[in-house]
Amino acid sequence: MTVDPALISRLEEKAVDIRKKIIDLTVIAGSGHLGGALSMVEILVALYYHTLKVDPSQPKWPERDRFILSKGHGALALYPILADRGFYPEELMSNFNGLDSPFGMHPDMNKIPGVEMSTGSLGHGLSVAVGCALTARLDCASWRTFCLLGDGELNEGTVWEAAMSASKYKLGNLVALVDRNGFSLDGPTEEIMPLEPLKEKWIAFGWDTVEIDGNNMAEVLNALESLPEASGERPQCIIARTVKGKGVSFMENQSEWHYGCVDEQKAEEVKAELELARKGRGC
Amino acid sequence: MQAFTFNVLDVDRFATREMYGKVLVEIGRENPDIVVLSADMMRSNKTGDFAKAIPERFFNFGIAEQNMFGVAAGFAINGKIPYASTFAAFASMRCAEQLRTDIAYPNLKVRIVASHSGLSMGNGGTTHHATEDIAITRSMANMTVIVPADANECAKAVYASVDYPGPIYMRIGRGAEPIVYKQDYDFAIGKAVTVREGNDVTVIACGIMVMAAIKAARKLAEEGIETRVIDMHTIKPLDEEAVLKAARETGILITAEEHSIIGGLGGAVAEVLAEAGLPVKFSRIGLPDVYSTIGPPDDLYARYGLDAEGIYKKVKEMLGKK
Ligand SMILES: Cc1ncc(C[n+]2csc(CCOP(=O)(O)OP(=O)(O)O)c2C)c(N)n1
Repeated sequence: MTVDPALISRLEEKAVDIRKKIIDLTVIAGSGHLGGALSMVEILVALYYHTLKVDPSQPKWPERDRFILSKGHGALALYPILADRGFYPEELMSNFNGLDSPFGMHPDMNKIPGVEMSTGSLGHGLSVAVGCALTARLDCASWRTFCLLGDGELNEGTVWEAAMSASKYKLGNLVALVDRNGFSLDGPTEEIMPLEPLKEKWIAFGWDTVEIDGNNMAEVLNALESLPEASGERPQCIIARTVKGKGVSFMENQSEWHYGCVDEQKAEEVKAELELARKGRGC
Repeated sequence: MQAFTFNVLDVDRFATREMYGKVLVEIGRENPDIVVLSADMMRSNKTGDFAKAIPERFFNFGIAEQNMFGVAAGFAINGKIPYASTFAAFASMRCAEQLRTDIAYPNLKVRIVASHSGLSMGNGGTTHHATEDIAITRSMANMTVIVPADANECAKAVYASVDYPGPIYMRIGRGAEPIVYKQDYDFAIGKAVTVREGNDVTVIACGIMVMAAIKAARKLAEEGIETRVIDMHTIKPLDEEAVLKAARETGILITAEEHSIIGGLGGAVAEVLAEAGLPVKFSRIGLPDVYSTIGPPDDLYARYGLDAEGIYKKVKEMLGKK
């Protein structure tokens, strides 16, 4: 399958914008889950600007695709995208993490339009996504459910309980995306709790599984475009190999930047580096 | 009495979890049966100190808390003394069944040291707040529940825990908590500490609310109101004698905790008072029956009256009713 080069280019641009907004939001709060927010930008951008059927003017539109951010600490990347898509004005985030703000470190479905489920405790989202996908089946609806998980999050047994149930119920309308950035909190996943061979695990649990470069927009789009019909019988898993802290040289693959602080001055440096990357792409 | 081997006396604030990390290394060096378990949180809860000092007795289970507590039970039935740590929200709720069925029911000597308690995760929101854990764990038979008031008391409690029978749930915070104890004192699990004498009203507090109560008592003293402040560091077994004595001598009792008003310290004290049938005025300070809004912890404490000001106001209100 070939993806329209103009689309790729437009979404690559968008990814740079979103990374810069992640940095701006972190400045408001003083700190945030930077590593895991930066690694998942291409995935979220491809979903929200191309794949997902959603209508920002009707967040609860019944026919929408459902997206569950199981790695809830990645909210830092989700918030600016939902704002940019028009679910709420960007100004609403000006008190990010402040007293009574709707926007905390983890997303709250009752406070933020477009957030499908309140998450933050790891290992819950895929079960909720199975419930969504089963509902679509019961109602003979054509919408899909997408769920983004951290790789460290896969340590939780509940993820695999959910994975078994998805294949038992033949949920071809369910897509799990794994942000395989290679790190959890304490360090590299293969030291803290080894996951490999990861692709084989998902296959053994009954999921059609592909592995892609999750920071390469063309590959992400291609994987999403290549999903079989939602009426299929096998749940779909996309293991997206990414770089934790992607785009910011001193954060990339650095465990300490799982959660870090950025002040205004640092933010300017970081955003300058992100801009350079945009220029380097020749656009 | 536990020696004040490890303490911080010269600062006003110190992170309780940092003290936990340091003391763990100490007790680990003294006792070869001690093993330390973490769930991808060795930097947050400072069990990483032990990992560096005694790597062969440190085990990291990744983000898999239920497995970690099950493994702790397996260590304990073979004579090891596991100290297993994660955030209080995950220890007490996600792993409630492991705590009850694998640890409390067989009465195993597992130490569940749960950090980032109460609202200390502020803008982390409800997924990371732990305002139910005292109620949950204290309803488990055999379980001892300890909430140290500061880093120094945490050190004493961890030392005391080594030889104490049965399972212990210990609840510690996240930030740099105020230091209550700047001098050595007697600590025993199950024995409340009266940190300030007074006969007009009693505040029974635990955790960071002890310092808040002391501050409120100082302000009340300026108005001639003498407040007894009790550090109820052990919620279970509760020092009933200290509660009843305070009820008889002061007539007004207020509990203060960084926890839901349902089922925690306030609940435990209420049970004792109701059964004793004493003519006492009683009120609970805690998170009302809601999920907290988000924000920096100090703003949340102010919002819900979980600070010196909140205690001060509550005392005045109760005195008005006398
Ligand atoms: C049940 C649970 N345990 C622990 C945590 C604390 N925690 C937050 S993020 C994180 C590491 C997550 O690693 P991963 O899933 O790989 O996410 P990423 O690297 O993409 O940020 C941990 C342990 C949590 N949020 N939930």
